[in-house]
Amino acid sequence: MRKIGIQQIEDIALGASLLGAGGGGDPYIGKLMAIGAVRECGEVTLISPEEVPDSALIMPIAMMGAPTVLCEKGIGGTEYKRIFEMVERYFGRKVYATMPMEAGGVNSMLPIAAAARLGLPMIDCDGMGRAFPELQMVTFTIGGVSATPMALTDEKGNSVIFETITNHWTEELARAVTMSCGGSVTCSLYVMDGKTMKAYSVHDIVTRSEQLGKAIRNVKNATSGTPEENFLAFSEGVRLFKGKISDVLRTTDGKFNLGRVQLEGIGDCKGHHGEVTFQNENLCASVDGKILATAPDLICLVDTETFIPVTTDGLKYGKRVLVVGLKCYPMWRTPRGLELVGPRYFGIDADYIPVEERVKGGAVNV
Amino acid sequence: MYKLGIDVGGTNTDAVLIDEGLHVIAEVKYPTSGNVFEGIMGAVKMLLKQAQVDRGQIRQAMLGTTQCTNAIVERKNLAKIGLLRIGAPATVGVPPMVDWPEDIRFICEKSAVIGGGFEYDGKELAPLDEDAARAFFAGLKGKVGSIAISCAFSTVRADHEQRAAEICREVMGEDVHISISSEIGSMGLIERENATILNAALYQVAKRFTEGFAYSLAQEGITNAEVYLSQNDGTLMTMEHARRYPILTIACGPTNSIRGASYLSHLDNAIVIDVGGTTTDLGVIQAGFPRESGVAVTIGGVRTNFRMPDVYSIGLGGGSIVREKEDGSVTVGPDSVGYKITEKALVFGGDTLTATDIAVRLGMANIGDASRVSHISEELAHKALAAIRELVEESIDVMKVSSDDIDVILVGGGSILLPETLAGARSVTKPEFFGTANAIGSAISKVSGTYEALIDYNELPREQALEKAKKAAMEMAVNAGAKRETVEIIEVEDVPLAYYPGNTCRVKVKSAGELR
Repeated sequence: MRKIGIQQIEDIALGASLLGAGGGGDPYIGKLMAIGAVRECGEVTLISPEEVPDSALIMPIAMMGAPTVLCEKGIGGTEYKRIFEMVERYFGRKVYATMPMEAGGVNSMLPIAAAARLGLPMIDCDGMGRAFPELQMVTFTIGGVSATPMALTDEKGNSVIFETITNHWTEELARAVTMSCGGSVTCSLYVMDGKTMKAYSVHDIVTRSEQLGKAIRNVKNATSGTPEENFLAFSEGVRLFKGKISDVLRTTDGKFNLGRVQLEGIGDCKGHHGEVTFQNENLCASVDGKILATAPDLICLVDTETFIPVTTDGLKYGKRVLVVGLKCYPMWRTPRGLELVGPRYFGIDADYIPVEERVKGGAVNV
Repeated sequence: MYKLGIDVGGTNTDAVLIDEGLHVIAEVKYPTSGNVFEGIMGAVKMLLKQAQVDRGQIRQAMLGTTQCTNAIVERKNLAKIGLLRIGAPATVGVPPMVDWPEDIRFICEKSAVIGGGFEYDGKELAPLDEDAARAFFAGLKGKVGSIAISCAFSTVRADHEQRAAEICREVMGEDVHISISSEIGSMGLIERENATILNAALYQVAKRFTEGFAYSLAQEGITNAEVYLSQNDGTLMTMEHARRYPILTIACGPTNSIRGASYLSHLDNAIVIDVGGTTTDLGVIQAGFPRESGVAVTIGGVRTNFRMPDVYSIGLGGGSIVREKEDGSVTVGPDSVGYKITEKALVFGGDTLTATDIAVRLGMANIGDASRVSHISEELAHKALAAIRELVEESIDVMKVSSDDIDVILVGGGSILLPETLAGARSVTKPEFFGTANAIGSAISKVSGTYEALIDYNELPREQALEKAKKAAMEMAVNAGAKRETVEIIEVEDVPLAYYPGNTCRVKVKSAGELR
């Protein structure tokens, strides 16, 4: 058990932008919500999964909708309380704690704001270990937990609880309501007990996010090794490519931002060509036509000087980036996990091979 | 008739006089003193002595100034303000100024979040709580002279902000200074609100420099001129507009230099490299206007999102220090002797090897005493030049939007350092009057209008929607003072928004025209 204050929020937000693997939305507005809540209601207690009783009721918190709307409307003051009351009423039990569903991007911040405003502890875990674009893409789906009952509310006070027959219906209905409510809502889904949380969640991910953020912030202050070596060491990243963005192609299918970024090698990668495809998050990285990493491993683009993560929205011609692969949570590497978030689900015609195996013997010149 | 262009920089105040055909008649550089207006008067006096024209024939005077930037960064002369945000029940979870640095929070006397605002599609989020607005303003009457008003999705619909401004005037009187977010920033409530707060806090600074400029001109007998201020998007605003929206003058320096370079070289699409004493700024001119930065801009620790030129700065200038390492390699900068170049550089009898000394050694420039650098080996000089070339060529590559070669324009006093050919450049131009490109940019600025909204192309087809947006943008330019027949569309941008129903796009159209 420890406290999360404003400095911790800053670091978690920075780490969350790395775990976003290019997507998940800019944590900036979420950070302001968390800071606002902590300033008003005090620091948040972070507990480890082991500290939670098996029978405890856990209420994950997330936002659904367009990040651009979130940047305009932020959040009201009463959504978390409403969700909390709906969940307690539905289950007829006390909520023990909240937790993030998605440690990457803006959703990493909202449970901190909720925990502060509700005076609840937040559990050091999530359901992805990164960011993913669809609601069923959580470890709890592997554990057979239903996304519903899903509690959803807008800032005006409208609220619903969905009970659906499949997660596809949950996505469909929740999206329709989200649009009617003005494009962004607060929700709780995959409400579960402590035992399930312990068995299927990604443990200690908030702490990892904080450590990543802190390390990025201090990367220039290290006394030995180059900043890049230090970055790779603390992120446990696999160096895939270093290049300059030479082209960005973007499209949208109405639901996701799709695209492809071309990289011209620089430094030791000079003369080689890199490519990263994305659907909100980065999905596949290849060099000279050879795939070096795919989802569910995290493919992160970071600035070559500051190591600040570059989101898919921020991709721009001329920017110099380091492409890094991070190992995903082991549960994603199981057959059931790959069915949900493996390369073929995203339309990539390749079998999943862990990033560290793909780059054995060096990323370039293999 | 003549135009007078002035740019107040940290070291020099530049002034130019331009005739009706936009030819440069005279240019001067005058040291900027502690009192900015003495610098302006000095420069104008010198300029008129050089040009010998009838002062009554100077009909337009344009000023580019860093006064606002300095006030914010130094936390000086900022006024106390009140902030009213319209957006409850949304937005209250993100309190105003929540991540501002402690040492500037004092400018906000009081803030409130009241009911009102809009959804992304223009639907009312909540009715405007007029009673709450009235009570808020009544509480601040006599306490502050400036009010900032922001509102959720006011970039889509501004009527709640405008109504609140009316109430503000009713309650606090006609003299109150009001800043409305929809007229200052774009999408992103917090960044737009921050810029609006800064704008409100600058009102006294703005009053002082607009009055001071008018006074300086009057002192020099220029009484017939319309007076304008440069904005950071390369267009002008009237003195009255500048008093209301001083924040828009921030970063106009790089913009003016980019525009001036474009004008002098007759190139509308190019990279402009402005080499100073300490840094080199690279900007991009597209269709005659500077490319805007796509990322949030932080001013004095406050995050904003309003229009700023996309400038890339590197630590290279005339005063950059040149060093030879043990392994024989040579580095240039990023540190510089700065304004002390006239005592530190070798050619001026100093003891520090600078980039300027290298240029003199290689015969690229004739400054100071060349004999003082003759002992430097040609090999070292060439290595230093290669380092300079590499720095600049890399930066050109960073600023390019495609891999095609692009035209390059060199301006600024330090541009003597650069070679005449550069990789990635189709051509390298160093125009006449390159030293005062910023003042020229100020003098030739146009007036503009920008229209921005979210539009669903399923409801209004793209062609019609863009047509409507263009008309609105042109009307805005005319209202800002442009001659109707000269107004043209200079930028059209529509970005599809993921997650929205139908086919919603963010449409942004900008127009500009010559001054009436």
